[in-house]
Amino acid sequence: MPKRIGIENSIAAADAVAMANVDVVAAYPITPQTHIVEHLAELVADGELDAEFIPVESEHSAMSVCCGSSAMGARTFTCTSAQGLALMNEIVFIAASLRLPIVMILANRSLSGPLSIWNDHTDVMSVRDCGWIQVFADNGQELFDHVLYAFRVAEDPAVSMPVMINIDGFIVTHVIEAIEYWEKEQVARYLPAFKPVNALNPDAPITMGAFGIPNIFSETKKAQDEALLASKPVIMKAWDELAKVTGRSYKPVETYKLEGAETAFLTMGSFGETASIAVDRLRSQGKAVGQIRLRLWRPFPFDELREAVKGVKKLVVIDRAISYGGPGGPVASEIRAALYQETHQPAIANFLAGFAGRDVTPEDFITMYEKTEELAAAGAPIRQEDYLFYGVRE
Amino acid sequence: MKKPVKSEEELGWKDIEVGCTVSDAGNAAQYRTGDWRSTRPVWDHTRCVKCGVCYIFCPDSAIRKNEEGYFEADLFYCKGCGICAQECITACIKMVEEVEE
Repeated sequence: MPKRIGIENSIAAADAVAMANVDVVAAYPITPQTHIVEHLAELVADGELDAEFIPVESEHSAMSVCCGSSAMGARTFTCTSAQGLALMNEIVFIAASLRLPIVMILANRSLSGPLSIWNDHTDVMSVRDCGWIQVFADNGQELFDHVLYAFRVAEDPAVSMPVMINIDGFIVTHVIEAIEYWEKEQVARYLPAFKPVNALNPDAPITMGAFGIPNIFSETKKAQDEALLASKPVIMKAWDELAKVTGRSYKPVETYKLEGAETAFLTMGSFGETASIAVDRLRSQGKAVGQIRLRLWRPFPFDELREAVKGVKKLVVIDRAISYGGPGGPVASEIRAALYQETHQPAIANFLAGFAGRDVTPEDFITMYEKTEELAAAGAPIRQEDYLFYGVRE
Repeated sequence: MKKPVKSEEELGWKDIEVGCTVSDAGNAAQYRTGDWRSTRPVWDHTRCVKCGVCYIFCPDSAIRKNEEGYFEADLFYCKGCGICAQECITACIKMVEEVEE
């Protein structure tokens, strides 16, 4: 039986990367990702992990090194946050186009400015359309498990695509949790050796990264989009197998106390944990409230989302990022789009909250719930541009 | 065995290799760059001394030597940049406007 260990989530995540027997780690330190990378550097320096740790001079170089090592057929990991992601942006898109199965943890942090080191989702939303598989873990245990299935999914020959694991910086990365480590035998059973679809080899030369002329570019984009869509059954199978190995199950759209719920919170990331407490309190007061958590952000789980909201009359969507001068929260925007032609259309109230580490407590969720009920009772439709900055001072 | 090569007009999205990899080394030779050209080089053989400066300077390796020892452009690749005419020692290369036929 695996034991539960009280440990900082970042250290556990790094241990999961080591248990995946990674070959190359290339990263540049940036808060709040630092502890993950530092621990991996220690494991390599102490001879506990037989891998190349490449301390690069920037994140642009980190992702470039990752592309190179993955192209050589090495199991490759990196980790960054906010400004680091912005600096590696160019190569993030290229890694997806080259279909290189790199695994990256993005310790979510607010993209400057003003300069901030604290958590929100403005960094991940800046690369929403980069073509990576993008998932959200809500707590330390999920992060540990996500690392191991991420390698399995990324490297599956039917996928061969990079995976980005989002985890809320500080709020989850720097917290000590009781985490159930996998046994070595479980990892061996679950994660096969990496056999790349394409690898650079002087004996069998190929070209990676050739230019795409206008006559062929649309075909390459269609092929990339189809490949990302086709990753979903592989992700689902990886989650099924993970349940068999660990007893923990994951779904593209997670629900909590949704049965009979008239109103539901919809969140991504660690908000989900806090919202659950609010749901419990509201339920104990006899309120018909439930919860939906989006785990899979790309490929977007249209079917599961539509199924989840079927009986729900009001959705309280809380975003940790903003699309300035546009639809408000990026999550709410996608939810509205996904439900646009459905017969059943819940009213959607969109709150922007928890920017740059501002605490959002269960009481805040209850306040957002009450505000949503108030808006719905007023009768007028809640439009997309009616998003609200929660708790902002005048 | 090599797959039959499709032209760029024939390639569909399902033909794209994973990661847009090119597994057929040197297939850039199939890429016609000659249709970028607005002027073409024409050699005046009365002044040409067959020195090969045009051949050396051509950035696209689109100039070759014919059986008589004169140099000529491969119009499938020649982009009409005019570097050969600029560098020619005897000024025997003239860039002539391409006209639609």
